[in-house]
Amino acid sequence: MKEVISTTKGTVVSKTVDMKKDGYRFVTMSCVELDADTVDILYHFDRDLHLKHLRLTIQKKEAVPSVSLVYFAAFLVENEIQDQFGIRFDGLVLDYERTLYLEKEAPDAPYCRISVSRDVKSGED
Amino acid sequence: MDILKKLTRKSRIKSPWLLHFDCGSCNGCDIEVLACLTPVYDIERFGIINVGNPKHADLLLVTGTVNHRNKKVLVNLAEQMPEPKIVVALGSCGLSGGVFREAYNVIGGVDKIIPVDVYVPGCPPKPEAIIDGVVTGLEKFSKKKDG
Amino acid sequence: MARTIIPFGPQHQVFPEPIHLKLVLEDEIVKEVVPALGYVHRGLEMLADVRDFHQMIQICERVCGICSTIHAQCYCQGIEELMGIEIPDRARFLRVIWAEIHRVQSHLLWLGLFADAFGFESLFMQCWKIREKIMDINEATGGNRVNPSINIIGGVKRDMNPDMAQWVLTQLDLVEKEVNHLEKVLLNDYTVKKRTVGKGVLTREKAMELGAVGPTLRGSGVEQDIRQIGYAAYGELAHRPVVGIDGDAYSRNRVRFLETLQAIALVREAVSKLPAGDISVKVKGKPEGEVVTRVEQPRGELMYYIKGNGGKNLDRLRIRTPTFANIPPLLSMLPGIELADVPVIVLSIDPCISCTER
Repeated sequence: MKEVISTTKGTVVSKTVDMKKDGYRFVTMSCVELDADTVDILYHFDRDLHLKHLRLTIQKKEAVPSVSLVYFAAFLVENEIQDQFGIRFDGLVLDYERTLYLEKEAPDAPYCRISVSRDVKSGED
Repeated sequence: MDILKKLTRKSRIKSPWLLHFDCGSCNGCDIEVLACLTPVYDIERFGIINVGNPKHADLLLVTGTVNHRNKKVLVNLAEQMPEPKIVVALGSCGLSGGVFREAYNVIGGVDKIIPVDVYVPGCPPKPEAIIDGVVTGLEKFSKKKDG
Repeated sequence: MARTIIPFGPQHQVFPEPIHLKLVLEDEIVKEVVPALGYVHRGLEMLADVRDFHQMIQICERVCGICSTIHAQCYCQGIEELMGIEIPDRARFLRVIWAEIHRVQSHLLWLGLFADAFGFESLFMQCWKIREKIMDINEATGGNRVNPSINIIGGVKRDMNPDMAQWVLTQLDLVEKEVNHLEKVLLNDYTVKKRTVGKGVLTREKAMELGAVGPTLRGSGVEQDIRQIGYAAYGELAHRPVVGIDGDAYSRNRVRFLETLQAIALVREAVSKLPAGDISVKVKGKPEGEVVTRVEQPRGELMYYIKGNGGKNLDRLRIRTPTFANIPPLLSMLPGIELADVPVIVLSIDPCISCTER
C-alpha cells in the first residue's frame, strides 16, 4: 500500500467527493480493529489501475459519516461493517439496521475480537 | 385400492423429482449437482428431473453449511415437500460444517436442522458419488411408508 | 396504479444459489429493488484467527468453488508481497495457465446458466457438455474437478510435464472448436437476441460511478482489466481487454464469449513460453505489514486486503469479490424492465453469491 492519505471524521466526505471529481472508481472499504477502543477504516479507490487509499482512525463508539451519498456503491460495504464491527454510519442511503448478514441468534459484532463498544449496543435497545 | 397404491409406489421410484437447495456452500457442490443433470453424467436416465417447487419434489439435495438465516428457509422447504421424502446431504460442509465449522455464523451440518437419509462425503463429491448417493436414497425411498 | 411486492428467491430455479430480491412492481414493470443477503454468509474471513497463514489458502479456495484457483492465487500473491518473496518464473506461468483454464470453465458455466435463464435448455446442455472437457483437464492436472489446489506461498504445488501440457492443448483445441460452433447460436440467434438486446442497459458513466467490475464494466465500453497490471506472467503475454459497446445483457454475453476464446489463446501462449526451472521457493518467516492485492477473476476484479502482525495468524483478511461490487450496478439496471426479464438481467452480471457474502 503506497499511497495512503490520512483523514479525519470531518474531512472524509469532502475528500471522497474530491476523489469522485478526479474520476476515481470506488473499490471498497476495509475495517481493521486496532485495539480495545479504536478501529481503522480504509477507503480504497482506483483510477486507471492505480490504487489510492484513505485512512480514517476512529473510536468504536463514534458514528462515522457515510459516503454512500457520494458513491452509492458504498452502502453495501458500510452495512457490512455495521454488522461485523458494530460501528454506526450516519446518513446511509439504505440502512439494514445491522441485519445485512446476521440474524439475532448470531454473535454480535463478531469481528471485534478485543471488545465491542457498549454505547452502540445500548443505543440499539 | 391396493393395486393403485402399489402402482403409485412403484412409479414414484422410477421417476423421483429432485429439489436442490444451496444452503451456504462454496458453489463447488452446486456446480457438481448441475453437472449431474447435464449430458455427460445425466441423471435423467434414472427418471430424475430437477424442479423448482418443493411441493413437486420427492428428493431434497442440500449442499453446504447451515447458518442462522438459511436454516429457516431449509426447514420451510423440507416441510413443504410431501411425504414420503428423502433428504440427501452433499459434501463435507453439508455433513459436518467442513472447513467452515469454526466460523461464527455456521451452525454445522444439515442434520442439525432436518433429518438426513443419505450422506455423500467429498469436497466436492464427484458426480459419480452424487449419483451413487441419489440411487442409495431411492432404495430407502422405496421402503418408506406413505405420509 | 397498484404496487405489488414480489419476493424473488431465495430458492429459485434460475439461481443455483440463494439470493433474495424484493421487487416492487407496478403492473409488470419493476420500480424498485431491495436485495436481501446473508443466506450464504459464513464469516470465513475470521477463520484467519484459528488457521495459520499457510492453512488459509485452503479456506480462500473455498470462498467460491467456481474460481477457487484464482482466489488462492490472489491470496498467495498478497502474502508473497508482504514477505518479499520472488517466485520462480515457471511458477508464474503455471499460475497463468491454471487461472485461464479456470476462466474458460467459469465462462462456459455462465454461458450455460445464462441460456437457461431465458429458457434455452439445449444451449445450456451444450455449454455444460463442452465444459466437462475442462473439468477433465482440472482433474488430470490438479487432482480435483473443482478445486485443483495448486497454489502455495512461494510458487505452485504441481508441475506440468511437456506430455501433460501437450495433452491439455489438444483438449483445448477441441474445446475451442466447439465454442466456435456455439457462436452462431449465442451471438446471432433470433431468440437470444430478442431476450438480451437492449435489456438491462448500464451506461459507461453509470458503470464507472457505481463501481462495476469485470465483464459488466467492459460490456459498457470501459477498457479495464486487472490483468493489464501484469501480475503473475500476464505482463509477458499478449493480452488486450475485450470490450463491448452497448452495455446491455447481449453486450455482456458477447464479452464473456470472446473472453473464453481469449483465455484459450492465453493458455496456448503461456504453454509455448513456459520456462524451465523450479516451481517454488522455500518460505521463511512470517508476514508483517499490510498489503492490497488484486487479480482478475472471471467475474471481475478481486481484491484482498491482508494485514499481518509477524505471527502465524493474520490480523485481518478482507476479501472484496467482484459480485459484491456488481450488486449496486444491478440495482440500477433493474428498474423499468419487465418481471419476466428479471432472471436474465440478474444472471447477466454473473452473480456468485457465496463470493459476495463469504
